[in-house]
Amino acid sequence: MKQNIAITVDDLTVAYNYKPVLWDIDLAIPEGVLMAIVGPNGAGKSTLIKSILDIIKPIAGSVKIFDKSYKEQHKLVAYVPQKGSVDWDFPTTALDVVMMGTYGSLGWIKRPGQKQKKEALEALEKVGMLEFKSRQISQLSGGQQQRIFLARALVQKASIYLMDEPFQGVDATTEKAIINILKELRKAGKTVIVVHHDLQTVPEYFDWVTFLNVKKIATGPVKDIFNDDNLTKTYGINYKVSVQQ
Amino acid sequence: MTSAQIEIQLIASLVAMACAIPGTFLVLRKMAMISDAISHSILPGIVVGFFLTEDLNSPWLILLAALTGLITVFLVEFIQKTGLVKEDTAIGLVFPALFSIGVILIAKNANDVHLDIDAVLLGELAFAPFDRLLLNGADLGPKSLWVIGAILVLTVALLFTFFKELKLSTFDKGLATSLGFSPVIMHYSLMGVASVTTVGAFDAVGAILVVALMIAPAAMAYLLTNDLKKMLLLSVIFGVVSAITGYWIAHWLDASIAGSMTSVLGILFLLVYLFAPSKGLISVLYRQKRQKVEVHLLTFLLHLQNHEEESERHVKHLNEHINWREVRSKSVLDLASKNNMIVIEDQIISLTPKGKEFTSEAIKYIMTNKSSAIEEMKDRFFLFRG
Repeated sequence: MKQNIAITVDDLTVAYNYKPVLWDIDLAIPEGVLMAIVGPNGAGKSTLIKSILDIIKPIAGSVKIFDKSYKEQHKLVAYVPQKGSVDWDFPTTALDVVMMGTYGSLGWIKRPGQKQKKEALEALEKVGMLEFKSRQISQLSGGQQQRIFLARALVQKASIYLMDEPFQGVDATTEKAIINILKELRKAGKTVIVVHHDLQTVPEYFDWVTFLNVKKIATGPVKDIFNDDNLTKTYGINYKVSVQQ
Repeated sequence: MTSAQIEIQLIASLVAMACAIPGTFLVLRKMAMISDAISHSILPGIVVGFFLTEDLNSPWLILLAALTGLITVFLVEFIQKTGLVKEDTAIGLVFPALFSIGVILIAKNANDVHLDIDAVLLGELAFAPFDRLLLNGADLGPKSLWVIGAILVLTVALLFTFFKELKLSTFDKGLATSLGFSPVIMHYSLMGVASVTTVGAFDAVGAILVVALMIAPAAMAYLLTNDLKKMLLLSVIFGVVSAITGYWIAHWLDASIAGSMTSVLGILFLLVYLFAPSKGLISVLYRQKRQKVEVHLLTFLLHLQNHEEESERHVKHLNEHINWREVRSKSVLDLASKNNMIVIEDQIISLTPKGKEFTSEAIKYIMTNKSSAIEEMKDRFFLFRG
């Protein structure tokens, strides 16, 4: 089956203060995969996601979303940042945070209305957070905050979902709930890319994987490339995980 | 009240409102110190503008001075981005440098210029009504009223137009960028508004006190609400209340109006800081104390549940077994019996059905850490109210 390429990354190099954190990355992520990005701390996983999202400007290379620049396609892409990237004491409610996901389709100046509110409520329901809609966000647990972020990405009704460690600091129940939603997204033909830390769950959760450690080590279907060889190359030590297929 | 008194209060109120709006966003962006930097470093801009226009209320002077404010923000960020110094250090380096240039400029030209350091630092609202805006000979009121009024209208218009963008870029810069909004534009627009407002307020309240008007009302509002719109509204109200109260205190004490306004802000802040319903100091301490007692209660109940044998449940043995002093044991015992969770017969403590049920609920919550388990307990048990 010939698949469309959702994200094309060409010769991408990103540096902070002229120190490269991503070095000459080439990636072609097919449409409809549920992909994990794995690699050690400092491997540039978040940086890769942020470069795809045009948040970080590369010093070389380019990113294309369905063959066009991010700027033209930003409505097709939803983003779940790391939970720690925002101030959860901000004076706002769960519903309001989810509504922020609709701002992209609204564009400048236009305000969210009933339609956006309805969409946000539906997304809250999908992640099982409807009863917390009016709660101030600092009153939510870590797992609940992560669900709110997920709901916010869902209201973007995107084709591509980029998630930066959505399982960080959540309990097993929330992790299961989140992965079920991600699998649903894939079933609906969406492309989902997740920065992931727990190597044990990669074969269970994902069908595609990218090994990253400043350079790209490997990318492809989990069943073909998720092996000790690539893990060792990525993590630098003789890494053994039991991979059940 | 004389018309001059009304005019002064009106100017003070408008200044307070115009400051409170950008101030709210500065507080939420943890950039309160930037307003300090802006307010000081616009001084050279004001002085140069004054040389050129000879009019403190000229729009050109305001724009020129506001530009100095933006240059300050830019310089601070530039120095910080090199990674050699931290943001607070960068602020501490930039604004005294610019401010001192302003001070020297004033001192060098003191004889020719109607502008002195006192007025710059503290402002003088009392003189504001003397400088009138005349159009074809008709008196339209004090010039500074028009200036700050125009700035306020502009600020409110921008706030209403870009509320969504401001909120998003303040809360989540990354998402704002990915959705195609430019947080950089929002950032510099906010800094621009803060700079223009600072210049407009400068004349009335001076370089130091304008910071208080930006930060204190927002800091109070932050402690009182969890809603951004209410926070903005409360900031504005606090600003106006302290402006008017401050004016009358100054009138009564025959003291500086700006100084009195700021003192009122300080006192109001202290009150809110202490007594705010959920985020105030007293409420926080009270909650901590309750939680401490409840953790003890739970420890105690768990101990009872884990031990069937009577020797472990003797009142006297409690002190040794869970290693508590008598006072604490007594307060926990009292709390447990008050809530009908235990009964004491012949100095032997037993859990009541209610106590048992509660303990297992609590264990369930602790073990699963599941939010559904906590929901049922919330009303009954303070500890689990997060």
